[in-house]
Amino acid sequence: MDTIQEKRLDEQGLKLHFIQTKKFKTINIIVKLKSKLDKETITKRALLPYILKQGTKTYPDRSALQLKLDDLYGAVLTADGGKKGENHIISVRLEFANEKFIPDASNVMDEAVQLLSEVLFHPNTGATGFDDAVFKREVGTLKQKISAIQDDKMSYANMRLIDEMCKEEAYQLHVHGYEEDLNNLTNDDLFNYYQHMLEQDEMDIYVLGDFVEEKVKHLIMDTMQRTEQQGTKEADPAAKNSVIEQNEIIEKQKVQQAKLHIGFRTNTTYQDEAYFALQVFNGLFGGFPSSKLFINVREKNSLAYYASSRLESHKGLLFVFSGIAPDDFEKARDIIRLQVQAMKDGDFTEQELNETKDLIVNQLKETMDHPQGLIEILYQQVIGNRQMTPTELLEGIQNVTKDEVVHVASKIEEDTVYLLTSEGGEQGE
Amino acid sequence: MNKETYESIGETLYSEKLDNGLTVFLLPKPEMTKSFGIFSTNYGSIDQTFVPLGESAEVTVPEGVAHFLEHKLFEKEDRDVFADFGKQGASPNAYTSFTKTAYLFSATSQIEKNVETLIDFVQDPYFSDQSVEKEKGIIAQEIKMYDDQPDWQAFMGTIKSMFQNHPVKIDIAGTVDSITSITKDDLYTCYHTFYHPENMTLFVVGNFEVERMMEMITSNQKNKSFEKMAELKRDFPEEPQEVAMKENTIHMPVSIPKCTIGIKDSNSELEKEEFLRKDLLSGMILSHFFSTGGDFYQELYKADLIDDSFYFETNLERNFGYSMIGGNTAKPEEFAAKIKEQLLSTKNYALTVEVFERMKKKKIGQLLRAMNSLEFIANKYIQYHTMGINLFEIIPAIQALSLDDAQAFLNEWIAEERLAVCTISAS
Repeated sequence: MDTIQEKRLDEQGLKLHFIQTKKFKTINIIVKLKSKLDKETITKRALLPYILKQGTKTYPDRSALQLKLDDLYGAVLTADGGKKGENHIISVRLEFANEKFIPDASNVMDEAVQLLSEVLFHPNTGATGFDDAVFKREVGTLKQKISAIQDDKMSYANMRLIDEMCKEEAYQLHVHGYEEDLNNLTNDDLFNYYQHMLEQDEMDIYVLGDFVEEKVKHLIMDTMQRTEQQGTKEADPAAKNSVIEQNEIIEKQKVQQAKLHIGFRTNTTYQDEAYFALQVFNGLFGGFPSSKLFINVREKNSLAYYASSRLESHKGLLFVFSGIAPDDFEKARDIIRLQVQAMKDGDFTEQELNETKDLIVNQLKETMDHPQGLIEILYQQVIGNRQMTPTELLEGIQNVTKDEVVHVASKIEEDTVYLLTSEGGEQGE
Repeated sequence: MNKETYESIGETLYSEKLDNGLTVFLLPKPEMTKSFGIFSTNYGSIDQTFVPLGESAEVTVPEGVAHFLEHKLFEKEDRDVFADFGKQGASPNAYTSFTKTAYLFSATSQIEKNVETLIDFVQDPYFSDQSVEKEKGIIAQEIKMYDDQPDWQAFMGTIKSMFQNHPVKIDIAGTVDSITSITKDDLYTCYHTFYHPENMTLFVVGNFEVERMMEMITSNQKNKSFEKMAELKRDFPEEPQEVAMKENTIHMPVSIPKCTIGIKDSNSELEKEEFLRKDLLSGMILSHFFSTGGDFYQELYKADLIDDSFYFETNLERNFGYSMIGGNTAKPEEFAAKIKEQLLSTKNYALTVEVFERMKKKKIGQLLRAMNSLEFIANKYIQYHTMGINLFEIIPAIQALSLDDAQAFLNEWIAEERLAVCTISAS
């Protein structure tokens, strides 16, 4: 395996990260803008990626912009917002074919960097901020997106679990923002916030692929000027909230299948030494088809098609997801709880431990074979404010002992059980 | 072992057809950490009526058998195959589509051993009455999960409104009723007929040693015996050109209606060059009109008829084909009317050389980007190979497309009687 070398440069308020690799037929450039999660700004931050994709000064509407992308051999521009711990991250990504694979192509890199910088720094503006028609239209798009969440029952149940579990915490903020805040938002407000964001957010730029570093560095510095930031901001300390009171929430809707989602506090985050052991815990517990949840909830008891768990590394949460028949709620919940207890009791073999470590290492290495996956792994270090090279991460996992897993398990507390189930009566079966 | 080098995209592919009929492709990519193996049979949910191997009369099996079989191959008398792969650091998976069932894994170590596990588990079925019964609960939950997914309902609803007789219209997983009647004998019948090496392809891509891998596969296959395979007889009903339902409305609780327009392809079985041309052009033309920059997209966007859930896709198979255009919309009637009007106007639409050249560039870039993914390469290679097309020769084929080809395609593309509309709404 190639070792992954990430070269970091701090220039003009931009943090550049260069990753050289011949694995891919494309070049990826990703800009990450990070800020604290805040009810005041979340809706604006949710809206901005939609607006930025709609056009720039030179390519004032979506078709002009798209034609330019098409011309760059079908380059793909994406932009979105996400939560990582108690931070909000806006990502703007441009992926384009490496010109070396296309006969007669040249200048693709130069034009791509220019275009990305336009999208970010020179949007299409109107009299009161962004182009007014685009502003209105994208407010509408986001509103539809907010209401459409309830149509995807898995995402909906997930969101509701976090609502209930993290009521008093910034982490509960909805990543798509809030309809009432959209109703009150003016184009002017949004544009002011956008300018503030460009000045104040922590900005990281990743370039990944097979490219000439000096050239790209100059291209970026020539096009993406940024004033020095007012002192660097501390990354948010991972707010570790403990369980105040165990909750059980049951909600009814017209559904065929019930969603049983359970939230736990791990009391361990990316910044802790025990983070590696927590990853291994999750692998044994519910991360894979060989994990306790899949084997016991699905294979032994035929209760579910899916039953798995996932970690939120920066906030210290563990979520269990399962889709079950409404009548099986208590049975499934109890079986899930038994699996947590089994983990705390160290009810797994050295062999299972080693196999799970291999699976996690495999999964991480696979993610590193995907350009955007690799960048996400590298960016964890910025969020978690902890230097950890991919090699250190893999070694950390490999070195975890059974005692460490049991110890990390002992700190895990159940917080909230959330059930989305069918509205009374038989469901037409 | 055959070796073919494709200089322009920097790939070298090894292949062999083994004595028992199995086709093997090996694509070494030493710069990758990961490897991906897929063992695929040319058998999917549409293969419902056929003559079983060694018999003479045609049978029709219950809906959902191919998918049920896929689930059950993972369970052996004494163990679960997920655990075997787990022990070897690999993640296995499988899927059933309309035309294919595929078993796959990805791993970053012990690749040879994992490939062997992959072949062995697929070639060693164990079905019992008890394990078949047990699976019904799990698959019933899978079906219910899809029942609650409006996007899936919109997709299948559109398929059902396009096709009158073709079994593409049956649900891949079957229904809770149809799977109840599945027996272990159904599974064995389908297994013996469709999992013959002659009907299967193995593709391994990633970081491994080619010679040793091919040796292992060859000797593994030599040690197994298979009944002689006669020609596979599958039966498909006549499918008229017209759609089954011009309009199909499905009621389920959604906050915003979903509307999908289905374009049913005119049904003719195409030879490979023609197939490829149609396959490429369907994607390029849809993308030209309906991708974010496209003229039709812009009209829909300005008329407030679409949001960012708007999508289009196209799928061309040997004996059926379709495209879909859809998304969330507050005004499904207007949405459908507008798109139909747009589609019908394309017959006389004139492309320019400049525009068409840009469309080709975009297609090439998309293909290169997709080829970052080992999964894409393996899946797509197999899919095209069944049609006699080589994935690694597609870039030149795209470059060779002419404006005349595109105009001829447009002229035939749309006919009113081949359009269907499927709406998902709450009331």
